[in-house]
Amino acid sequence: MLELRGIHKTYEGQPLLRGVSFTVAAGETVCLLGASGSGKSTLLRIVAGLERAEAGQVLWDGEDLAPIPAHLRNFGLVFQDYALFPHLTVAGNVAFGLRMRNLPRHEIRTRVAAALEQVKMGAFASRPVGDLSGGEQQRVALARALATRPRLLMFDEPLGALDRALRDHLLEELRGILHASGIPAIYVTHDQDEAFAIADQLALLHEGVIVQQGAPEQVCAHPVSAWAAEFLGLGNILAGKWLGEGRVETALGVVEAACETAAGRGASVALLIRPERVKMGGNGSRLKGRVSDVLFQKNGYRVTLENGLFFFAHVPPQVGQEIVFSVEVECLATESPS
Amino acid sequence: MAQGNALGAARGSASASKIAHLQSQIQLRLLLWLPPLAFLGLFFFYPLARILVTTFDPAALTPDNFHITFSALRFTVYQATLSTLLTLLLGLPAAWLFARFEFPGKSLLRALTAVPFLLPTVVVAAGFNALLGPRGLASFLFPLSSFQFSNTLTAILTAHVFYNTTIVIRIVGSALAQRDLRLEQAARSLGADGARVWLHVILPGLRPSLLAAGTLVFLFDFTSFGVILLLGGPAFATLEVETYIQALHMLNLPLAGLLSAVQLTCTLALSALYTRTAARMRVQANPRAVFESARPPRKGSEKLFVTGLVALLALFFVLPMLALPLRSISRLEAARGERSSVQFALSGEYYRELFINRRGSLFYVPPIRAALNSLGYAGLTVALSLLLGFPAASALARPGELERWLDPFLMLPLGASAVTLGLGFIITFNRPLLPENGPLNTGHWKLLASPWLVPLAHTIVALPFVIRTLQPALASIPERLRDAAASLGASPVRAWLAVDWPIVWRASLSAGTFAFTVSLGEFGATALLARPEYPTIPVAIYRFLSQPGGLNYGQAMAMATLLMALATLGILLIERLRAPRGGEL
Repeated sequence: MLELRGIHKTYEGQPLLRGVSFTVAAGETVCLLGASGSGKSTLLRIVAGLERAEAGQVLWDGEDLAPIPAHLRNFGLVFQDYALFPHLTVAGNVAFGLRMRNLPRHEIRTRVAAALEQVKMGAFASRPVGDLSGGEQQRVALARALATRPRLLMFDEPLGALDRALRDHLLEELRGILHASGIPAIYVTHDQDEAFAIADQLALLHEGVIVQQGAPEQVCAHPVSAWAAEFLGLGNILAGKWLGEGRVETALGVVEAACETAAGRGASVALLIRPERVKMGGNGSRLKGRVSDVLFQKNGYRVTLENGLFFFAHVPPQVGQEIVFSVEVECLATESPS
Repeated sequence: MAQGNALGAARGSASASKIAHLQSQIQLRLLLWLPPLAFLGLFFFYPLARILVTTFDPAALTPDNFHITFSALRFTVYQATLSTLLTLLLGLPAAWLFARFEFPGKSLLRALTAVPFLLPTVVVAAGFNALLGPRGLASFLFPLSSFQFSNTLTAILTAHVFYNTTIVIRIVGSALAQRDLRLEQAARSLGADGARVWLHVILPGLRPSLLAAGTLVFLFDFTSFGVILLLGGPAFATLEVETYIQALHMLNLPLAGLLSAVQLTCTLALSALYTRTAARMRVQANPRAVFESARPPRKGSEKLFVTGLVALLALFFVLPMLALPLRSISRLEAARGERSSVQFALSGEYYRELFINRRGSLFYVPPIRAALNSLGYAGLTVALSLLLGFPAASALARPGELERWLDPFLMLPLGASAVTLGLGFIITFNRPLLPENGPLNTGHWKLLASPWLVPLAHTIVALPFVIRTLQPALASIPERLRDAAASLGASPVRAWLAVDWPIVWRASLSAGTFAFTVSLGEFGATALLARPEYPTIPVAIYRFLSQPGGLNYGQAMAMATLLMALATLGILLIERLRAPRGGEL
């Protein structure tokens, strides 16, 4: 449905977006994940028509949207901190887009009521928005965007200002609402937990390009680069030197890894060691390390060794204890493919 | 201490010392409050009360008096409404210009628009007179045009717009600059086009600031006195002007009292309204709001708007202030018998004349004496207002319950008009201040006959400014730093010198300059109170302007130029001294 082709944008003289391309299919929620300042919000504003790209196209069903101004695109936009109109009530905010479409009064009333019911805010219709809590304001902002039945919904870090418990709860609801309505959505965040909780598709934005797009499990299983693996928090990232014949020299010692590198012996490679792929003790463990820290977390103990490697264990070792362990290593590309 | 003793022995000693400490705190606060409150009571609230009392005199409540009061009130509201609308008409585009666009000379132009607000009214009136009056430069350049400016409503409205546009620029401009861009983006993504974004989002967002700016401008136009007296002439009587005429020319104090009482009621109501509207402006502060920064104009229509408005503002705000000094050094005299051919010559004659005591001139002394009187009064005002303002400001710098309650009272003189104040002084102090047969009464000394009355009135007018200048500076004194200095071995005096003194010195100089400038330009109260042989500069300018003859006119221009120079120096000094936010330490 939505397709972005080679979007370029500079910000204060620096290239911010350098050819962003990705697609959003019907009924699908694409989560755009990137670090703060990577241009995610700018990309959303370009899709919304609030800003112009210097190069590239935004297509909807193959039609170029460039000549269509923001107010005629019928894309809903939900902001961080909600951007509710302070001079209007809850119902007034939700009705705003419908009034702009000059709908008859009774239809506005029924659609506002329906949208507020959808986000469980029906009882708040006549309240001024200044009285609402952050979570309530975000529900109203969502209802405001839903009421116009947009072709596409866009969320710009919508839950960033809320506390964690409320955020998890709202994410679940939002996922339900998005799937029920069938409206395709782009959800922008820098928080990978949030991304995994909502995304049908993940798109990783790094240094002005989408470095990887795919289903969450696929992106997690095959991170495209060291940056992607680190940003998604997949585990330990190690630098190593390729010795050939499936062997890599690292700070831990020489490990076995199936790297496919075009470069020859001595080339730099990046390795991923997922914490769940570290096994303490057992036969064939050849690596040694001293435990520097043990931290209890909800699902087990997080063990950190003096060489920086971390993993999880159900039976915690002692701090200072020397342990033997084995690892499974995955090879990563050091540079993002461009 | 009695309360302390009544408490149980177990916690007695601690509580007692606490209460003793509290009591000494309260005593100190009362001591700080006593001088300013006593002064305000005697020289502000008491005179106002006397005015209200005269209103209940049967001599005041006659149908004729009601008629005069009502027609004055009607004209006051009429001209203030027109002036406010015109000010908004110029101020709104100007606010948009300053909030939205970058252009060369922007900060200079912004400063230019702010200068008139700080200049004495007589200077502004004289400036417009020098440009557009019957003897002004425009009438010399276009001798055959039948355009009349002086003594018209147009003159009054123009000067009011000139004065108050800066208020709209400041208040609405800051609201424009602080509006959250995402609201507009949200509106556009919800389907609102440009015009509807303005109508449904931007304007409602600006409404509190528009209301506040409009109310404040209306208040200033409502209480305007010098501009109307000097530019409007006798035909236009607002409440202020009518009060002045009735008190000074008709000697009808009951009617003047009635007019003043109406004026006072209206200004207090307007001040209260302004306080409420201004409070509503500060409702929304979104920490993540996205602001728009000013940028150079891009499209052709934007360039046209910026260029046109900048040119208009520059002309409007520069020409009168340029015409004044120019006119003060130029002779425009018609040759005898030939009215149409006016000759132009540069001359310092008007300035020289200021030093000459001519027989048959308006004064019994050389006119320059007015400048000396003004400087003397201003000096006294500075001393008095600092003396009274300092204790009040130090108490307000660490406000307690008492201070929050008293604070509005200190600011009340801002709301009352100067003419009302002057009338209050006349009514109150035309009798001996001390009991006739009291021990301190030395003969028949009346305050009204003394030259002290003028600086006393000026102090009332200046005191709110002085307190508002001192208070934030004193509040910004970092007490922790004084403690740190003490812990590092500095004696209390040295700690005070190191921490407090730089701030106190700066703030006092700034507040003193404020009082000085206010006193120099004060016209409303002075017009009523100044004794004929002790004129101040504004009074002298008014007398020169109301007399016929080119020489009188020229001397008014020369005097007004001197006053403008002094006031500008004062403004510049205050700007230079404005303490950097949060102190510089």
